[in-house]
Amino acid sequence: MPGYFRRKTFDILARWGSLAMVMVALVPLVAVLGYLTYKGIGGISWAFFTQLPKPVGETGGGMANALSGSAILVGLAGLIGLPVGLLGAIYLAEYGDNAFGKGVRFCTDVMAGIPSITVGIFVYGLVVLRMRRFSALAGAVTLAILMLPIVMRTTEELLRLVPVTLREAGLALGLPKWRVILGVVLRTGASGIATGVMLAIARVAGETAPLLFTAFGSRFISLKLDQPMGSLPVQIYTYAVSPYEDWHRQAWAAALVLVLLVLALNLLARVITRQPGSGR
Amino acid sequence: MSTAASNFSIQTRDVNLWYGDFQALKNVSVNINQGEVTALIGPSGCGKTTLLRCFNRINERYGNVKTTGEIRILGKNAYDPDVSLIELRKAVGMVFQRPNPLPISVYENVVFGLRVHSARSSLKKSLLDEAVEKSLQEVSLWDDLKDRLHVRATTLQLEQQQKLCIARLLPLKPEVILMDEPCSALDVEATLAVEDLMLALAGTYTILIVTHNMAQARRVSRECAFMLLGEVVEVNRTQDLFLTPRDSRTADYIEGRYG
Ligand SMILES: Nc1ncnc2c1ncn2[C@@H]1O[C@H](COP(=O)(O)OP(=O)(O)OP(=O)(O)O)[C@@H](O)[C@H]1O
Ligand SMILES: [Mg+2]
Repeated sequence: MPGYFRRKTFDILARWGSLAMVMVALVPLVAVLGYLTYKGIGGISWAFFTQLPKPVGETGGGMANALSGSAILVGLAGLIGLPVGLLGAIYLAEYGDNAFGKGVRFCTDVMAGIPSITVGIFVYGLVVLRMRRFSALAGAVTLAILMLPIVMRTTEELLRLVPVTLREAGLALGLPKWRVILGVVLRTGASGIATGVMLAIARVAGETAPLLFTAFGSRFISLKLDQPMGSLPVQIYTYAVSPYEDWHRQAWAAALVLVLLVLALNLLARVITRQPGSGR
Repeated sequence: MSTAASNFSIQTRDVNLWYGDFQALKNVSVNINQGEVTALIGPSGCGKTTLLRCFNRINERYGNVKTTGEIRILGKNAYDPDVSLIELRKAVGMVFQRPNPLPISVYENVVFGLRVHSARSSLKKSLLDEAVEKSLQEVSLWDDLKDRLHVRATTLQLEQQQKLCIARLLPLKPEVILMDEPCSALDVEATLAVEDLMLALAGTYTILIVTHNMAQARRVSRECAFMLLGEVVEVNRTQDLFLTPRDSRTADYIEGRYG
């Protein structure tokens, strides 16, 4: 039976071949994490989280400004982007089976593929030039726009996963459609939606390029939204290209913190999805 | 609702229904007795589900459905423009092929309809508790579940889930309960349990059940309607329909010639 052996050989080749490729794919991931930890762990200290940057030339200081800035920028971006994204997703999932819905879906897909720096330039022209200064607001708007397609498409997909039979259960109990959406679809899909939100936040938390010319950066903790504001990615960039050894150390530490934050968000998303009653 | 309604819960006259260009129901005229179990049988695709779904107008979910003719539910034409879908669906409950409790607690499943349809101020806890106990008693789940009212309904056994789906209709005080192959996802024992439940509920409620299983139709129904290719071929007392079918197509089906 030569056919049998041929199949068997192919089977073994395919199996070990693909395993080998998975290993190759894992190399950069493990390498990045390992190298980051190696270079960054030394820079992490209490001061790193609590202190402001020291003036050039002095060693020490921390990134409290960038941490608080990132939190504010991402939070504000969520405040702007999430309501739009979530409602948009509900529209697409529940009412979007028409030409208009198709069009919107296509646009969001295109939007998801636009390089983030393009969005930065757009907001630079729209907000920064008008206000005549860099501002946290401009940064948040940029991040919100970047979040939008991610939130919209993941949420739509997850809402569509809510079984038809559950929607019909609601309708058959006399609920009007909007109450089915609120009481059945959103309730059933809640954990899925939360996951989509987490992933979108994780995705924009590391954006650097579009913040360079919108939120710019700041060495101080500031709550003023019409003023420039620091952020982790931008500060990493600034420190990394600087000539100072101490700044390099801090840049590594900040990069490590950023990765850990994103990792935490992803893990959180997993935990939420795995909870029973996610409807799946 | 109306006194003109004689002893029929549902009366249809010349109902035709199209999905787009495809005619799924043809001149359907049937009367469904009040307070009895009536079975709808027929081969796959003959329109049983479609007819059932006319009675609570849930067919309208699909945009391309056109219905003509008259469907009187409790004496009132369900397709009159002034009919409230909410009231109609409270009066005509539906049980589905796959048990579909909402992924919330047993308790919340039972009171879901009440919460949606009553003013919040009228929903005292005692009233809700009472509705839960009464409804679960009626479907004989109370003893099994009274200590587990707060577990997620989707974690119950399928039989319990399906009974719960019946129980959650009851607080809305329905007159008619439509069931579309309610046992097809259940094993033999669970099927028998749900059939017993149907027999127990008949009398209080009018029950209309779609089934593929002729033995089941014989066990639970007083009357039986045989459908074929969108038409109701024959309606008769169940035992007569099975023993002495009047139409040769019914006889063929009963003898298994359509599969
Ligand atoms: N939403 C729909 N759009 C178009 N055609 C449909 C739709 N629903 C049902 N049909 C068609 O209408 C006919 C009747 O379907 P229906 O589901 O009522 O049959 P049924 O008797 O319940 O079958 P089964 O025993 O398989 O459940 C079938 O030919 C089916 O393909
Ligand atoms: Mg069917």
